Amino acid sequence: MRISVEEVFETVKMTLDHHFDIRTVTLGINLKDCMDRNIKNLTRRIEKRIIEKGALLNKFADETENRYGIPITNRRISVTPASLLLEPLPKTKASAVTLAKSLDRAAKKAKIDFIGGFGALVQKGMTSSDKLLIESIPQALSKTQRVCSFLNLASTKAGINMDAVVKSSRTIKELSRLTLNGIGCAKVAVFANVPEDNPFMAGAHHGVGEPDFSLNIGISGPGVVRNVVLQNPDCDLTQLSEVIKRTVFKITRAGELIGRQMAELMDVDFGIVDISLASTTSAGDSIAEIIEAMGVAQMGLPGSTAALAMLMDAVKKGGAMASGSVGGLSGTFIPVSEDAGMIRAVQDGTLNLEKLEALTSVCSVGLDMFAVPGSTPPEALSAIIADELSIGVINNKTTSVRVIPVPRKKPGDIVHFGGLLGSAPIMEVNKTPSTKFVNRKGRIPPPIQSLRN
Amino acid sequence: MPKKKNSQICIVTVTGVDKVGIIAKLANAMSKDNINIVDVNQKIMEDYFVMTMALDMVDANCSMTKLKKQLDTIGRQMALKITVQDETIFKAMHRI
Repeated sequence: MRISVEEVFETVKMTLDHHFDIRTVTLGINLKDCMDRNIKNLTRRIEKRIIEKGALLNKFADETENRYGIPITNRRISVTPASLLLEPLPKTKASAVTLAKSLDRAAKKAKIDFIGGFGALVQKGMTSSDKLLIESIPQALSKTQRVCSFLNLASTKAGINMDAVVKSSRTIKELSRLTLNGIGCAKVAVFANVPEDNPFMAGAHHGVGEPDFSLNIGISGPGVVRNVVLQNPDCDLTQLSEVIKRTVFKITRAGELIGRQMAELMDVDFGIVDISLASTTSAGDSIAEIIEAMGVAQMGLPGSTAALAMLMDAVKKGGAMASGSVGGLSGTFIPVSEDAGMIRAVQDGTLNLEKLEALTSVCSVGLDMFAVPGSTPPEALSAIIADELSIGVINNKTTSVRVIPVPRKKPGDIVHFGGLLGSAPIMEVNKTPSTKFVNRKGRIPPPIQSLRN
Repeated sequence: MPKKKNSQICIVTVTGVDKVGIIAKLANAMSKDNINIVDVNQKIMEDYFVMTMALDMVDANCSMTKLKKQLDTIGRQMALKITVQDETIFKAMHRI
């Protein structure tokens, strides 16, 4: 049956009026076979591979964009966790920084704006290379533009590695000091239960269980979902959930088609479709505004958590029906600085750090892109991270923290990062850090998997 | 040798204000590039004039990228939004 005018118009309107796009195509690249005891050999091999494949990624993304008329906003690369690549090298910070610079150079030559994977999985313990990598992050990320870092500090199976949490907090503070307005910290995400196939920065990496290459796709569409919610102002919540499901089904199908087409053109395995709703700073492309369109007076007020939970569930149901390859984070991002409605809620006082944490218990992907005063002690950051990761560990889900301590700023100030990263109002953090608790260090044991009430 | 495809359907969508000569202008551009028009529909929806045109590009003398550029030019001249997309995207989104 030929496609009707109504169906065509619905799709065209999604892209023209409601910012529907493929948010990212991310090519995962295995670099394990590039490892060497000599850093020059390692960097030569990885640069060759990244540049070759990265250039193809841009070429085919442009072609696919033209063919289907749906913008592919970001083209990115994720690689094998860098701490593994460091294992055979001399145990110096210089090795890690050289590796980061090499990844940066390769990304630049391939015209890729971000490359993820400069990170480590340390949920249970740290090897000497892992420690070195964490310590090198401030230098590595302040001296590069395109490299992103992830650290998996906790998992449901291993618990929370508090030694690594404390170490990471110090790293984040140091990185903030070395970059303008702490902007470098936007390139570091710490996780519980990090997915191996997440296409979204800053946490993307090409996991150890992945093939040589894998093409992962992140759809988007908060604007599209907000529009259908606005079109249905009077239906009950059961019906509203149905409407959201149907819309997410459609956008996920578009993502799956484009992902498979890209993978075929590049002659690599198709990985996953990440169905996360990801906001942007454009007007209307906001998760907070979906919650408000659902009827909550403003994001952060009572009702927000229930509305977000319902939205999240409808997104997952629609997405899972549309594609057998849903993976990655597949949640709803609520980054503060990148979402106009979230910024407004913080400025109007309806959303504080504590409510933000509560919201993250029903959606991925944690406390994202929020700014705190530069004077916040590392122990307070450690406590915030431990709280957020424990939500992921106990509930068997991914949570993360991407915090930006902004030097010389106080609550109520706003810092403009520009571009995709938006603007962040500085959030109030309680001045009394739980120093004694975090400095006990050790590992918070993994939770019991029965008696789940 | 790969078998030649029988058809490659693309959908052109025109939105904006209805006026004389839209179809004529598009049809003229298509015929120059040996593109077969297989279906045309139009409707007024939400105050938009919407016209869809199904094209078979299998014997076309130009690529989709080039066609897109030509349609952009026509769109600018006539103050219309014109898009062209492979039909499979609509099938994926609207058919189970």
